[in-house]
Amino acid sequence: MTIRSVRQKVTASPAPNEAEAVAIQVPVGEPSASAAGGAALGDVAITVRDLSAWYGARRVIRDVSMDIRSNAITAIIGPSGSGKSTLLRCLDRMHEVVPGARSSGKVAYQGVDIYDPEIEPAAVRRTIGMVFQQPNPFPTMSIYDNVAAPARFNGLVKGKAAQDELVERCLRQAALWDEVRDKLGHGGTSLSGGQQQRLCIARTLALQPKVLLMDEPCSALDPVATLQIEQLMSNLKSEYTIVIVTHNMQQASRVSDITAFFNMGPDRAGYLVELDDTRTLFTNPKNQLTEDYVSGRFG
Amino acid sequence: MTESARAPEQRGALDLAGLRRRRWTGDLAFRAILSALTVAITVVLGLMMIESFISASPVYQKFGIIGFVTGSEWAPSFTIYGAWPFIYGTLVTSFLGLLIAVPISVLIALLLTDLAPARLRGPLGIAVDLLAAVPSVVYGLWGLLVLVPAMRPLEQGIAGTLGRVVPFFGPPTPGSSYFAAGVILAIMIVPIVSAVTREVFASTPRIQREAVLALGGTRWDVARTVTLPIGRAGLLAAVVLGLGRAIGETIAVTLVIGNSDNIGKSIFSPGFTLASVIANEFNEATETLHPEALIALGTVLLVVSVIVNAVAIGIRNRFTGGSRSGF
Ligand SMILES: Nc1ncnc2c1ncn2[C@@H]1O[C@H](COP(=O)(O)OP(=O)(O)OP(=O)(O)O)[C@@H](O)[C@H]1O
Ligand SMILES: [Mg+2]
Repeated sequence: MTIRSVRQKVTASPAPNEAEAVAIQVPVGEPSASAAGGAALGDVAITVRDLSAWYGARRVIRDVSMDIRSNAITAIIGPSGSGKSTLLRCLDRMHEVVPGARSSGKVAYQGVDIYDPEIEPAAVRRTIGMVFQQPNPFPTMSIYDNVAAPARFNGLVKGKAAQDELVERCLRQAALWDEVRDKLGHGGTSLSGGQQQRLCIARTLALQPKVLLMDEPCSALDPVATLQIEQLMSNLKSEYTIVIVTHNMQQASRVSDITAFFNMGPDRAGYLVELDDTRTLFTNPKNQLTEDYVSGRFG
Repeated sequence: MTESARAPEQRGALDLAGLRRRRWTGDLAFRAILSALTVAITVVLGLMMIESFISASPVYQKFGIIGFVTGSEWAPSFTIYGAWPFIYGTLVTSFLGLLIAVPISVLIALLLTDLAPARLRGPLGIAVDLLAAVPSVVYGLWGLLVLVPAMRPLEQGIAGTLGRVVPFFGPPTPGSSYFAAGVILAIMIVPIVSAVTREVFASTPRIQREAVLALGGTRWDVARTVTLPIGRAGLLAAVVLGLGRAIGETIAVTLVIGNSDNIGKSIFSPGFTLASVIANEFNEATETLHPEALIALGTVLLVVSVIVNAVAIGIRNRFTGGSRSGF
């Protein structure tokens, strides 16, 4: 079954409460017809099936099923509160660290169920790195130590020279090196908001993950820095699986290969409305809601 | 320009003025209340100092202030009064208490905020809070009847090994001692120190903790890189609170410290603290100048508390660059 055939189901039964209405049953490993129409994309890296998430008694995402491809950038768009950040957090098991939060359904990375009781959450988070919506550098650490922190947590590099090299490389990739090269010993919170955001990107890169989840990584950046981060994402695409949440439609259409549109249902739980390759989703969406959203008529 | 054209402008200006005045009066009232409280506290403290100083003035006239504070002999029947044995006892027992209590309290606070599995946190927190509710006389009796005998083997062990080289840990080990008082104090201040520390640690921003976890860090990494460094100023505040309680604690210490007017060479010797000697001797203070000398000890206790707090605030300000004021 392809995304195209799912679309008919969605339009046929607009109530998001019915699980199968938004279930996108793409067999693992088989590229979907529409996605294959774009650039050469990798295999499915992350499989999400019937994922729901709650904060306390309140369900904030409902029965999301989607495939996330490797060596591609998947953009997640949707109105505020539609559960984009929550979905991202479910992908690296950060959702469960919120007291009272829980999730159900299946998330698999490379075919391995990341919610398997045998699997260490820390191992999942090492493989699937996340940049948070709000910049959160460690306030008591220097710029250098912030970037070196993940390597220390996980014993990734040996020796000062290797660590220096890692810190410089990640700061360069995050387009921050030139601004901080002379003050690596300064506190991480002495930077501007946009610089802190790039510091956090550099820090996640230093984790050397396989998947990069970025929650609005450019929300506090000027156009130049935004362009640099977008450049970075394009460069990293060959090695990483990238998922980016963005409110910026231009950004989604500029950088992403695949776009997923989320909306809030009548029960205020977010659900996946439509997922397609980016050009199709923006130029020829199959769902009226998507069309309204990408053309700026609501949201 | 016509009148009507000017009107909105004027109204805008008036609104602005009103806003400014309201905020200013609110500010002023708040400031006045705070200033009044500060002055009142200082005045009360000052009056207490003056009053006790006047009551005890015959002692200062006889020995001099320095002579009284540094005098190491306390013999009421010979009308000799020196405060040093009790100052020494207070400092030794308080610092021993802190030395034992602070690491335990930090560990408990970390368990409650970061390290323990969520389902164990509730019961552990309740247990610690219950410790704080036990009256101090109960701690004292329990210390005298249970703890002191139970610690004998430990004391003998330390005195027999380390004590051979360092007289401060030397024998004999009669049971009631500075050491016993320090341990009781430790048990008594753990609840307050760990409760305050837990509050401090729990107020660490969630996004900082999450940053560590999302980077593959463990719960221990969270404690090490986020909770402890961010909370260290608050931790010092908790330590000061504990120290204040240790310095002032009377009943429990009186029951286990052995009540000796002499400075014990070893930590296992019996002694006295400022608070416990006052409580113990005041009712039977019939010798010449004895009541006055005990009142003077009260003044010393007050001064020691103030000095210890000032030092602690100084340390804390160095940690925080003095940017935060008040606890
Ligand atoms: N820690 C939390 N505790 C309780 N409810 C939460 C928490 N975080 C998010 N929510 C709720 O979950 C819903 C989805 O939030 P989420 O942050 O996933 O939305 P979002 O799509 O990322 O929104 P935005 O575009 O504004 O970032 C919201 O209604 C929010 O109020
Ligand atoms: Mg969000």
